Amino acid sequence: MTLSTGHSAALDFAQPEPPDLSSGKYVKLWQGPQHPGITGNMSLELVLDGDTIVSCKTHVGYLHRGFEKLMERRSFIQNFTVVCRIAVPEPTFNEYLYSHAVEEISGIEVPERAIWLRTMNLELMRLASFLMWIGGQSGAFGQYTVPNWTLAYRDYVLDLFEEMTGARIYHMYIVPGGVRAGLPDGFEERAREIMKGAEKLLDQIERVMFNNVVFKARSKGLGIITPDMVDPYGIVGPNARACGLARDIRKDEPYLAYDRLDFETISGNEADAYGRAYLRLQETRQSINLIRQCLDHAPTDGPFQADMPNVLHWKVPAGETYVKAECTRGEYGYYMVTDGSEFVRRVHVRGPSYTHAIAVMERLAVGTNIADIAGLMVSLHTYPPEIER
Amino acid sequence: MNELLERLQRHFDVNNINVLKPGMTTLKIGKDSAEILIRELRDREGYTHLNFITCIDYIEDGIFTLVYMLHNYDSKHTLGVHVDIDREHEEMTSIHTLWAQAWTYQRELREMYGINFPGSPRLDEDFCLEGWDQIPPMRREFDTRVFSEERFGHREGRHSEVPRVHMKMELYPKRGGDEE
Repeated sequence: MTLSTGHSAALDFAQPEPPDLSSGKYVKLWQGPQHPGITGNMSLELVLDGDTIVSCKTHVGYLHRGFEKLMERRSFIQNFTVVCRIAVPEPTFNEYLYSHAVEEISGIEVPERAIWLRTMNLELMRLASFLMWIGGQSGAFGQYTVPNWTLAYRDYVLDLFEEMTGARIYHMYIVPGGVRAGLPDGFEERAREIMKGAEKLLDQIERVMFNNVVFKARSKGLGIITPDMVDPYGIVGPNARACGLARDIRKDEPYLAYDRLDFETISGNEADAYGRAYLRLQETRQSINLIRQCLDHAPTDGPFQADMPNVLHWKVPAGETYVKAECTRGEYGYYMVTDGSEFVRRVHVRGPSYTHAIAVMERLAVGTNIADIAGLMVSLHTYPPEIER
Repeated sequence: MNELLERLQRHFDVNNINVLKPGMTTLKIGKDSAEILIRELRDREGYTHLNFITCIDYIEDGIFTLVYMLHNYDSKHTLGVHVDIDREHEEMTSIHTLWAQAWTYQRELREMYGINFPGSPRLDEDFCLEGWDQIPPMRREFDTRVFSEERFGHREGRHSEVPRVHMKMELYPKRGGDEE
């Protein structure tokens, strides 16, 4: 099937006229920044006509710590402790992309073992992040059984991270030149056991959540993304794949060991909140499969770190690059410019939430019932820190 | 790829073409032609995806370099369009009619670098910084340390380290941080 994703004159990017609040017809309501129905610390300025949203503005800045500015004042090795903070549930994508950008400009070759360990680390991250997300999506519709299951099971995945990296959340495992360590003894058996349990859990979630009549009734038809919105709005990842576009950087422009893994891009044909959720459930299963393949193929010996210069005097040559990877939400990218000094000249972090949480959210929210706004927001899977950087 | 670049060179005043790696090229174009070139790339050359817009501050040369990163899903090629603008006359044509998320980037660049994009929606609404009254913070002359010291002052018992000096002291404590 060929889908039209091109830019259409029918799409109107113009900002809507603000409703006349003095008319007494509307109510303004702030959802967030501290609210159980919001993803992270951001807020939606909503204007309601009865229960229906007529205007939505996204506000960010509650987390702004100036990551990109901080990086301009720190040495290259110090920055990798900064970057993982940019997306709390998925720090390793930041670690990988920052390291990869530095390696590309410096011409550093990463050893084969490190390539496989990085791939496994990223897929474990995808699994942990999706488990957290599934719970959030279910909870946003008032069903709290699934979040209890998934957040508890995510802890088993965090146990694996602790074994592999020494840390549960901010791993700082993927460093320029490779990774910090190999796998500990018995890791493979424990990882396989946890993957087996995760599959069983996903089957239960499918029965409890996806076959639930309330979840279906509330998520079907909510926040529909049409294929012709995808490119004009910069929509990527599962939000784009759910409407039928088979685009996945892991498959289309393979990095790390993805060209040696056996998998297909998953795409759907229902681009509402239900369709996006179901697609993510399938991608979680796919991630388990990819972790198993990494366990099968990853070398158990050999170097996991390239020879690196003295990090205290490390000057990366002048250069420029843009590197990207497929995170759970789509294209995550690092644009890096260096000038030959011991500090980076400029780093720009490109996160999928930048457009999903602002331009897309503001459009999809209009016409939605206030009770569904939390479910809609979670269905777009957004993280505020990657907007503010 | 070469055909595209030849076509662009025939019709636009592009220069500094730089193949960064297979699948990624950057080029530079003058401020006045940039919007037309970007529109052409989107409508005729298949660069339908705007990865991001960002800015690099070359304070020593008195310019801001705006970077428009575009991607073609069919050819899997990424093209970075660089546009230099004068730091003293920091204004650029808006592309908010080309992509729905472009105005957000432009609003951020207005706040963080002070660049004006006439006509861009909600340009002067606060983005990350509510009530900011200093110079735009991503400009190179904005010193985060000086700002913090002036704004927050000294607190008794608070101790701060210069990260690089601290790291040397941690690594070579017996030699007073001297690694030689």
